[in-house]
Amino acid sequence: MIPEIGHFALWLALGVATVLGIVPMVGAGRGRDDWMVLARPCAYILAGLITLAFGCLMSSFINSDFSVLYVAENSNSALPIQYRIAGVWGGHEGSLLLWMEMLALWMVAVSLFSRHLPRPVLARILAVMGLVSVGFLLFMLLTSNPFDRLFPIPPDGNDLNPLLQDPGMVTHPPMLYMGYVGFSVAVAFANTTLIGGNLDATWARWTRPWTTVAWLFLTIGIALGSSWAYYELGWGGWWFWDPVENASLMPWLLGTALIHSLAVTEKRGSFKSWTVLLAILAFSFSLLGTFLVRSGVLSSVHAFATDPRRGLFILAFLTIVVGGSFALYAWRAPTVGLGARFALISKETALLANNVLFLVSAGAVLLGTLYPLLLDALGLGKISVGPPYFDSVFMPLMAPTIFLMGVGPLARWKEAQVPDLARRLRWAAGVTLVAAVTTGWMAGQIHLVATLGLIMAFWIFTSVATDLWERIRPQGGGLSEVRRQLGLLPRALVGMMVAHLGVGVFCLGVVMVKTYEVENDVKMNVGETTTVRGFTFKFNGIREYEGPNYTASQGEMEITRDGKPVTVLHPEKRIYRVQQNPMTEAAISPSLTGDLYVSMGEEVEGGAWIVRVYVKPFVDWIWGGCLLMAIGGALAVSDRRYRRKQGGAA
Amino acid sequence: MKTRHKRLAIVAVVLLVIAAAATLILNAFRSNLVFFFSPSQIASHEAPVGRTFRLGGLVVAGSVKRDGVSVNFEVTDTAKTVPVHFEGILPDLFKEGKGVVAQGKIQDGVFVAKEVLAKHDENYMPPEAAEALKNAAKANEKTAASLVTSK
Repeated sequence: MIPEIGHFALWLALGVATVLGIVPMVGAGRGRDDWMVLARPCAYILAGLITLAFGCLMSSFINSDFSVLYVAENSNSALPIQYRIAGVWGGHEGSLLLWMEMLALWMVAVSLFSRHLPRPVLARILAVMGLVSVGFLLFMLLTSNPFDRLFPIPPDGNDLNPLLQDPGMVTHPPMLYMGYVGFSVAVAFANTTLIGGNLDATWARWTRPWTTVAWLFLTIGIALGSSWAYYELGWGGWWFWDPVENASLMPWLLGTALIHSLAVTEKRGSFKSWTVLLAILAFSFSLLGTFLVRSGVLSSVHAFATDPRRGLFILAFLTIVVGGSFALYAWRAPTVGLGARFALISKETALLANNVLFLVSAGAVLLGTLYPLLLDALGLGKISVGPPYFDSVFMPLMAPTIFLMGVGPLARWKEAQVPDLARRLRWAAGVTLVAAVTTGWMAGQIHLVATLGLIMAFWIFTSVATDLWERIRPQGGGLSEVRRQLGLLPRALVGMMVAHLGVGVFCLGVVMVKTYEVENDVKMNVGETTTVRGFTFKFNGIREYEGPNYTASQGEMEITRDGKPVTVLHPEKRIYRVQQNPMTEAAISPSLTGDLYVSMGEEVEGGAWIVRVYVKPFVDWIWGGCLLMAIGGALAVSDRRYRRKQGGAA
Repeated sequence: MKTRHKRLAIVAVVLLVIAAAATLILNAFRSNLVFFFSPSQIASHEAPVGRTFRLGGLVVAGSVKRDGVSVNFEVTDTAKTVPVHFEGILPDLFKEGKGVVAQGKIQDGVFVAKEVLAKHDENYMPPEAAEALKNAAKANEKTAASLVTSK
């Protein structure tokens, strides 16, 4: 009965979404208040229905109702409860429902926090989001219904893919989707202004907090995915340039560009049509990401059952949304105007360069991701584009971006002077060089590329410090004056500084781990030791134990340094009983200056094991940096000016 | 500078950045493409010598020989077979008789793999491996399958 309620709720939701997509939109065009006021109640009802459907599916999972095909495919009666809940989005149908649920949540948030918006604007925004919902609901109901029944009812389920049975599964997909879908708000705002023709700084101020919130969720989602891959796949990588990762990175790059160009549009009224275009692009790439991942054109842990109808549907949907937005843009953007003027050397130019660089980076990722698919589709052979391509493209593109990241915040709007900037940043530059070389020297060896990377990291630290110092420098008042000045800094500015520091922390982590990591695959007999970077790893043997739905061989690795005990790690090899798949559980001892990473390979003759013994300096800084970026975003959104008058803060 | 000149300068700078980036990207792209070859293509010397490429097919049953950290096995597309050498830990889902994709170079008739790709589902066949099998089956229908199930 419960699955039928869920299924029915989805059909009702489709009806409500259609009304929401049409009536308020037409009403706004004709100036009919009674049609426009429908927008908010419709959004609430839609969200309620979707949440009901989501709850129904979750209840089927929790109660292990294997008469539902999707539950039978992705769950098992022995599956622990938290993974039964996460199992809801463990497959194709359920992740679509999660996508829809996130869209519903965003719609509720928009209607709750945007009461101050003029009625036609809010009506149109919600209508655009309603139209997106229509597309996704149709997709779900026509090609991927999560509530399909299965007969005869199997005695037990097929279990959730063991790789997904991890705490990361509970957090990574919702966060990532929250980010993906969040850009739909930006695109709804953009399309609304294009239809209404009232694109101005107010529009940018409304859009900014929403974009930032979407961006910060996306940042956290990507970081969670990356750290999950690091400890779960068992070979210590944190980013693989896998097409699915790229699919999430492209919207992130465009979202980052969008955040920066929105700043210009709000403060100076420039770049208006450019900003609108970026908003459209960011959401298009979110949809493209969904298409790449869900259509089955890519094969990876993220791609589910392949069904050509699904791919075709998403492709058609993508064409309508993207094509429609671009057509609207081409038709209306010329009326938007160019905005205020600025000099060649100015904050505007720095931000424009930032935009170009991010856009080019996204283009490079797109090329590397789609080209193999394209060649294959045309029957021109199978190729792959590996990490070396992305590495060799990304570093040179990010170097100028990061240089500008130091200069931009200090440059004045409208017109800045090069000698002035050089004078203000001379200390930062000097300290950067010294710090980079010293760090390389302390790490054991000065390496050219690593030094360049370290320069990038320290350049961010020192230039942010310079920026901060210039703003709080006491003019005769001493320490109390500094404290007062600190209190006066707007949250948005502090947020920017924190996010930029996050980029520096991230760079430092990447450079240190790429340059100074040690990866040893060794054969170890029981009682044997191996030494990596001063740490001695002693293999104490294996013990077997039974987990809730798996059998594990757990190794014990005792780690000492100069005879003093450091820690004892317990890496595991698990066989999940239902699918009989082996799984590697790495054991990690994290610390601020680096991780010790041990994972079990395979057993060889005489009880010996092949073991991965890795030392990963500063690897946690990578995710720490992402967290700082997200915190910076949160600080920026909490700025007072979004809460005043025409606010729209989330 | 006049406003018009400034605008021109900005446009020129942007175009210059894009041109430089495009050159960089296309260069990196060309030198980092990894092509795919099947055991049959390697046997007929179509695969490049000294350049990295991908090999796909099935792991021949009973061919996996481990010696400490290094491992030798054979990959077949049911028509031809290629010996593979790899140093390191094989992915969890590497199994005899199952599909595999390896990346590396040919050295003295042996494919020296730098990387053996992990797949996430035991029933999943890497598309490259599936393609190799299909082509080989088309080329020579008679010998198909006998190699895979031997031993």
